[in-house]
Amino acid sequence: MYQTTYHRASSVDEAASLFAKGTEAKFLAGGQTLLPVMKQRLASPSDVIDLGKIKELIGVEASGDTLTIKAATPHYDVATSDAAKKAIPALAYLASLIGDPAVRYRGTIGGSIANNDPAADYPAALLALGATVKTNKRSISAEDFFKGLFTTALEDGEIITAVSFPVPQKAGYAKMRHPASRFALTAVFVAQTKSGEVRVAATGASQSGVMRVGAIEAALKANWSPSAIDGVSVSASNLLADIHGTAEYRANLIKVMAQRAVAAAG
Amino acid sequence: MGVEGIGARVVRKEDKRFITGKGRYVDDIKLLGMTHAHFIRSPHAHAKVKKIDSSAALKMPGVVAVLTGQELVDDKVGNLICGWAITSKDGTPMKMGAWPAMAPETVRFVGQAVAVVIADSKNLARDAAESVVVDYEELPAVADMQSAIKAGAPQLHPEAPGNQVYDWVIGDEGATDAAFAKAANVVKLDVTNNRLAPNAMEPRAAIADYDAAEEHFTLYTTSQNPHVARLVLSAFYNIAPEHKLRVIAPDVGGGFGSKIFIYPEEMVALWASKKVGRPVKWTGDRTEAFLTDAHGRDHVTHAEMAFDANNKITGLKVKTYANFGAYMSLFSSSVPTYLYATLLSGQYNIPAIHAEVVGVYTNTTPVDAYRGAGRPEASYLIERLMETAARQLKVDPAQLRRTNFITQFPHQTPVIMAYDTGDFNASLDAAMKAIDYAGFAARKAQAKSQGKLRGIGVSCYIEACGIAPSKAVGSLGAGVGLWESAEVRVNPVGTIEILTGSHSHGQGHETTFCQLVAERLGVPISQVSIVHGDTDKVQFGMGTYGSRSAAVGLTAILKAMEKMESKAKKIAAHALEASEGDIVIENGEFKVAGTDKAIAFPMVALAAYTAHNLPDGMEPGLKESAFYDPTNFTFPAGAYICELEVDPGTGKTSFVNFVAADDFGRLINPMIVEGQVHGGLAQGIGQALLEHAIYDANGQPVTASFMDYSMPRADDLPSFNLSHTTTLCPGNPLGIKGCGEAGAIGASAAVINAITDAIGKNNLEMPATPDRVWRTIHAA
Repeated sequence: MYQTTYHRASSVDEAASLFAKGTEAKFLAGGQTLLPVMKQRLASPSDVIDLGKIKELIGVEASGDTLTIKAATPHYDVATSDAAKKAIPALAYLASLIGDPAVRYRGTIGGSIANNDPAADYPAALLALGATVKTNKRSISAEDFFKGLFTTALEDGEIITAVSFPVPQKAGYAKMRHPASRFALTAVFVAQTKSGEVRVAATGASQSGVMRVGAIEAALKANWSPSAIDGVSVSASNLLADIHGTAEYRANLIKVMAQRAVAAAG
Repeated sequence: MGVEGIGARVVRKEDKRFITGKGRYVDDIKLLGMTHAHFIRSPHAHAKVKKIDSSAALKMPGVVAVLTGQELVDDKVGNLICGWAITSKDGTPMKMGAWPAMAPETVRFVGQAVAVVIADSKNLARDAAESVVVDYEELPAVADMQSAIKAGAPQLHPEAPGNQVYDWVIGDEGATDAAFAKAANVVKLDVTNNRLAPNAMEPRAAIADYDAAEEHFTLYTTSQNPHVARLVLSAFYNIAPEHKLRVIAPDVGGGFGSKIFIYPEEMVALWASKKVGRPVKWTGDRTEAFLTDAHGRDHVTHAEMAFDANNKITGLKVKTYANFGAYMSLFSSSVPTYLYATLLSGQYNIPAIHAEVVGVYTNTTPVDAYRGAGRPEASYLIERLMETAARQLKVDPAQLRRTNFITQFPHQTPVIMAYDTGDFNASLDAAMKAIDYAGFAARKAQAKSQGKLRGIGVSCYIEACGIAPSKAVGSLGAGVGLWESAEVRVNPVGTIEILTGSHSHGQGHETTFCQLVAERLGVPISQVSIVHGDTDKVQFGMGTYGSRSAAVGLTAILKAMEKMESKAKKIAAHALEASEGDIVIENGEFKVAGTDKAIAFPMVALAAYTAHNLPDGMEPGLKESAFYDPTNFTFPAGAYICELEVDPGTGKTSFVNFVAADDFGRLINPMIVEGQVHGGLAQGIGQALLEHAIYDANGQPVTASFMDYSMPRADDLPSFNLSHTTTLCPGNPLGIKGCGEAGAIGASAAVINAITDAIGKNNLEMPATPDRVWRTIHAA
């Protein structure tokens, strides 16, 4: 690791002003990607501003038809949150599948979505549930937030403060774990909103990151059942291919995981 | 068996320090004035080193030196050696490409060192390394064997035309051909044995400390065999004569074979320590472990098995290509020859065998012994063949094995090995009972009704441990003897130190070796300590690998104990005014048999050292040593059966049950044996389902981190159902066979046999990743 200056911010405003002062500052929101990259000397931020101890950024709250997860809430807290389990059990279940216990104690929802790894779990939930990303400057719909591999709508220095999820009628998540990294080899989040809209998002599959799967949405809109997906054809073009899974395999997984997610959603 | 004697489940003495973080590993050691080394490694799989410019690095604060491969060659540090000479079928010796510890001219795999930065801290060394400019001229590279042996392929070494190390044969080709000519059925199979990265938990490390006044080196290193390291460093690498080189292997966090070998880094650390006049430390990181620890396996094989009309095997033909990587590592040459082809008879009566092994150079990390070393490759091949044959001949796979089991011992195979004892039916019976083999068909039908493909797979392995005797391995080309040494030092108050040439890096010797002493003398193991891993403390010994430490190392201790006890009995008899022949040892006392006359062992020890009242002519003291050279290999064997389900939607495998019935001969500590089996099974299952060290076509490693290389984790594995059937090894007085590698040898075939049974298709390569299984299920 190269030399860097570590700051522990106590408020969002302080974090923003520390960022502005740094020449090449980075926010630390769990550090499950940033720190390994720094250890390998592939990143050399001048300043690292830790958001993990900012009290206003931690917590899970349900109110009316909305579940709000504050940005620095670790995955473990979401997985075990009574509010999350009651409002959107599929989301708590998703959090329980992220990485391994060490990752779940450290990694945060804000860190995960800001990094936007194409195989991360949370982006699928945000996209399928139609979540809103709140920052210290504005609100961004999940649709507008994710911009492709490791790219988001966040501006330089902008800090995610929370993610708010409309509580769906039904939702389910099914994940095929990457055998080595335990990211999603392919995972699918399905949701049926209270107004009857069906949204399906796949992660780990596309070369452009998290994506909606329109064909499956249409099939489920007509008939909310695993068998409705049997006849759907998912194209392998533009899907990821590597030593752990061909594009054709991932295309298959999108269907199979979607079916299992629907079964889990009930 | 006493409470701490042979056969007792004694809790490991060493675990107190390990689980409380008090182990002392090489990286924990800090010497005064110590510098830190960082190696500059090739990013190319094959390239000429044109120029190394270290001028900017040398100006950086804290930088002590930047040393290059050319300087190492100029100082006449010897090239790395391969310690087992193999002769090709045309009578020529194997073709050794020169391997300097840092490349002066040509790099041949990604990660090969070209220079080293020595600095005041690890970070400074790394910073400075980024300022060293190495000018490479890239050369065409070849990473897979099929490409490497083709005409026109990039050539690695001028010494090895066609990238061929050797073309070696074993067995009787004429007799084998004759068997095939008369065969009622022939079963053919192509298999790949996937390349693995060993990944011991502790990465390799070395600290070299040169004392200019004494012209003496001390090397702390992560070695499974510190004496062998000293011998090789002094006899071949021109570092220092043996008496001027002390090698210490303190606590070592796993080896699995990868820490047998002498690596460039410790050679460079020693040489550099003398050059800079300060201690030099190097601790590898995980990336360096992936790039530079010798890999394992990597075979491509075509095999054919001939059967008569009664399903008896009549012949076996094997042709194997073995990938050695870019250079011949220390014992690499023996792995696909004498440790592989000699086990091709498996547990079966095979009258005629012929095997040919072609060793191949590629632009990849060198390959050498890894847990099992040749025997997993042999066992996997034979057990996949038996399963394939059962399917082709339409007979029950367990029954086909029984039809061909060797039942009379000793049994001379056509490929050197003389099996001394075993009961293969007993192991298979135990495993079949444990898994309810008879009830499988009903369970399969039940699983099918739930949309799951259930399969069962048998693997009946045999292996050879405690490579021996020295005379025999010498005649086969080994550069060393394969005996073991021990010394028993009884202190004046009766506590005991056992000095052993074996080295523990996870095996639990500090407990099991004490149990032998407890068994013989009736003293508590707290009165015994095990000393190992330091060439200044311990007499020359051969170290730990090949599951040899109990069968060979512990027998050496037994021999030394017998000598010590014999002298102690004379002292006791003298003190008790009895005849030596009447003295018996019970519960820590030397007694006159049939009487109540006794003298406690500490009093015997004290008498030996006060020497006030010893028999006439007896030397004072109570210390004996022994060198033990076995008469034969030992032959652990067993039957593993795996039952699993495949999810047809994803190709994912889930274990239902895994039973292992092993015959290891006598068990010293069943709990430790079970731990060894668990670890071995994890590695065998890891090979079958998860692990694969992969290179792209240009020789770039694709799996050089745990983000890509799938190490097995606890939740990838089933709970193991272990049992033992026992035939005592007649080759050593304790009847021990060895248990360290069995799991890794036998497990892979059971898993693949089970998956291919589940999916109803026989051709499936390891690792059987979900993607690969799914594609196999859905292939036309």
